[in-house]
Amino acid sequence: MTDEETRIGVYVCECGFNIAGVVNVPDLVGYAKGLKGVVVSREYKYMCSSPGQATIQKDVQELKLNRVVVASCSPHLHEATFRRAAEEAGMNPFLVHMVNIREQVSWVTKDKKEATEKAKSLVAAGVARVARHSPLERRKVPVRDDMLIIGGGIAGIQAALTAADAGRHVTLVEREPSIGGHMAKFDKTFPTLDCAACILTPKMTSVKNHPNITLFSYSEVVAVDGYVGNFKVKVRRKPRYVDEAACVGCFECIEQCVYKTAKFPSEFELGLGMRKPIYIPFPQAVPLVAVIDSETCIEFKTGHCKKTCVVACGDRNAIDFTQQETVVELDVGAIIVATGFKIFDASRMTNYGYGKLPGVYNALEFERLAASNGPTGGEIVLRDGRKPAAVAIVHCVGSRDEHYNTYCSKVCCMYSLKIAHLVKERTGAEVYNFYIDMRTPGKGFEEFYTRLLAENLHLVRGKVAQITEISESAQEEGKLVVVAEDTLLGVVRRVPVDMVVLSVGLEPQPDREEVRRMLNISCSSEGFFLEKHPKLAPVSTMSDGIFIAGACQGPRDIPETVAQAGAATAEAIALTSKGFLTLEPNLAYIEEQLCSGCQVCIPLCPYNAIELDRDKMVARISDVLCKGCGVCVAACPSGAASQRLFEDDQIMDELAGVLSR
Amino acid sequence: MMMQVDEFQPRIVAFVCNWCTYIAADTAGVARARYSPNVRLIRTMCSGRVDPQFVLAAFEKGADGVLLCGCHPRDCHYNSGNYKTLRRYTLLKTMLAQMGFEGDRLRLEWISASEAEKFRRVVEDMTERVRKLGPLKSNGGN
Repeated sequence: MTDEETRIGVYVCECGFNIAGVVNVPDLVGYAKGLKGVVVSREYKYMCSSPGQATIQKDVQELKLNRVVVASCSPHLHEATFRRAAEEAGMNPFLVHMVNIREQVSWVTKDKKEATEKAKSLVAAGVARVARHSPLERRKVPVRDDMLIIGGGIAGIQAALTAADAGRHVTLVEREPSIGGHMAKFDKTFPTLDCAACILTPKMTSVKNHPNITLFSYSEVVAVDGYVGNFKVKVRRKPRYVDEAACVGCFECIEQCVYKTAKFPSEFELGLGMRKPIYIPFPQAVPLVAVIDSETCIEFKTGHCKKTCVVACGDRNAIDFTQQETVVELDVGAIIVATGFKIFDASRMTNYGYGKLPGVYNALEFERLAASNGPTGGEIVLRDGRKPAAVAIVHCVGSRDEHYNTYCSKVCCMYSLKIAHLVKERTGAEVYNFYIDMRTPGKGFEEFYTRLLAENLHLVRGKVAQITEISESAQEEGKLVVVAEDTLLGVVRRVPVDMVVLSVGLEPQPDREEVRRMLNISCSSEGFFLEKHPKLAPVSTMSDGIFIAGACQGPRDIPETVAQAGAATAEAIALTSKGFLTLEPNLAYIEEQLCSGCQVCIPLCPYNAIELDRDKMVARISDVLCKGCGVCVAACPSGAASQRLFEDDQIMDELAGVLSR
Repeated sequence: MMMQVDEFQPRIVAFVCNWCTYIAADTAGVARARYSPNVRLIRTMCSGRVDPQFVLAAFEKGADGVLLCGCHPRDCHYNSGNYKTLRRYTLLKTMLAQMGFEGDRLRLEWISASEAEKFRRVVEDMTERVRKLGPLKSNGGN
């Protein structure tokens, strides 16, 4: 565009008081007017709003602008907005540049004068840079409409069903032998007290039966390559040693196992119940297919088992001790990550005695005790079979605690109240809830709390200091004593009980780092996956085509999880519906006249996108493979490699701009 | 307050990658983390795009310090761009030392998207160190 006069418009956003409260906007606008190539400079309260955009569009047309600088928020927030506005006005969208004077200036700078000075330097840089911009075309790439969903808890199940109902083919990958996640372990859900299984298990069955869903249980995603619309995924299918197609879930093999009694702790029952080496995690499991644990199975350990399971299976011949791990490759257009959470390990708080005192349970263990399909058939009893006469429920275990997690796990107050209700209903025991603050912000939550207040609970406001079996009085003999300061009464209380339930918080999955790296997404400081923007793009990630749903993004309850799963699915469908996608044009390219064919760039490219054209002896960069990192550009000794939108002269002029004041 | 006005205000350029440190800076903004206005950011898609010449040019154009920021090792959005940055940084460090630059004028930091507080801390620390060094002599001298 060198033959044409550069006509730049600079638009400074006040962002209400967000920018204008700190940066002297009129001063900045006046300053911008004096910069080289600037034809017009204006301010507006909300530049991203429709009148703001219209102002820019009007100027583009009437003043024949050929460059636009918007000084406002982060380009991650509104670059797309302003590029679209320019495009609608007939301007190439890549002739727009955003200068971040909110996140980088007004929100972080105390002194107004200093903030204005910094904003001026950034605007000067933006103006200098944009003058070097050239019109660019977006790349169009075909997009697959198949989807991958990682995690088969309620989030993944909901997402899979929604996408499948929309006609998309979905592969749902779950690492456990059955889908269902944490929700499958619950007895009832707050605040409605409806049975968790009645909501979840029909959905699980639908997943199994849906013609558009391929379910890979007992499997893990091990590699994700490619890019938005065209991901290449590898799924490792662990051997179950039972043929999924042949097994009918009759339980015969389990009954006939040489182990007459179940003697190995059941993972699903969190060790409160036992299983055999061949097992189905729970009767409502999906798929309803047995799995053999090679660690405990005698055939695997000695090779000399009578294999009564094989005999029991008979003609179906589903048991296959020779099964091997396989890796399945998939091509998908979008990925929804629904990997959920793990509960806080209460044994980290040694003063609560979890793992040492048998009467101390975590809330998930309690769920199994209360569940009608659980190890006790829903009877709330202690490990020795006694019915508790008094139960303490300790809120905020591992949450809102600077030694563990500072955040609120959001669901614990409500599930603690639910636990209190279940204990009351099933055992009639005295119930003591020890809480810091009662947090009930949700539809029907406060009403549930009010309802529980009528059930004669003892609500003690105070953080529990200790749970001990050391008694100080006859009354405490043989009991667990919960010691806490009652902050409403201002006294230290010692409450003797038979059972303690620790309301453990929600934590990110322990393997989040591997998952994050595999998917090229980020975690927030607590380790939950980071959304692109909490309000504008709450289920998107910085990696296009990868969406997040459920508690992998942060603690949340079932209704929110289901809503988020629906949102993520809708986003994924929207992305992949057109049959093609447009990608950023910020790719590297070679100016053949300058290339000496030295090949320095070739091994540097992480995507093998560069090859040598042997006829011309110059490097050639594939538009399809290049992802636009610019590593080759920085390495090229002759300046033949360049990157669109990050050209050397653009960066050099930007540099001069930021250093101009 | 007068003392602050008279205090040397270094100019520092930070090259930050789009995926980690730029987001950390955005997050610092959202958290209203206050830091000194001396550091100005230039965004590249990857820290591996930062040509060593940009660093030299920054000093030549008046910067008193240059901060290079990228994703942590193993976390690069483009697999390995940050390792290239590390090598170029090492080279630059040696070169600049030979040219008589104090070590604190060039700094490399890995700052992930979640590390807004680290971003603030690095900016503050770098500003203070460069402030102590005073203006770059090659700029002020002739």
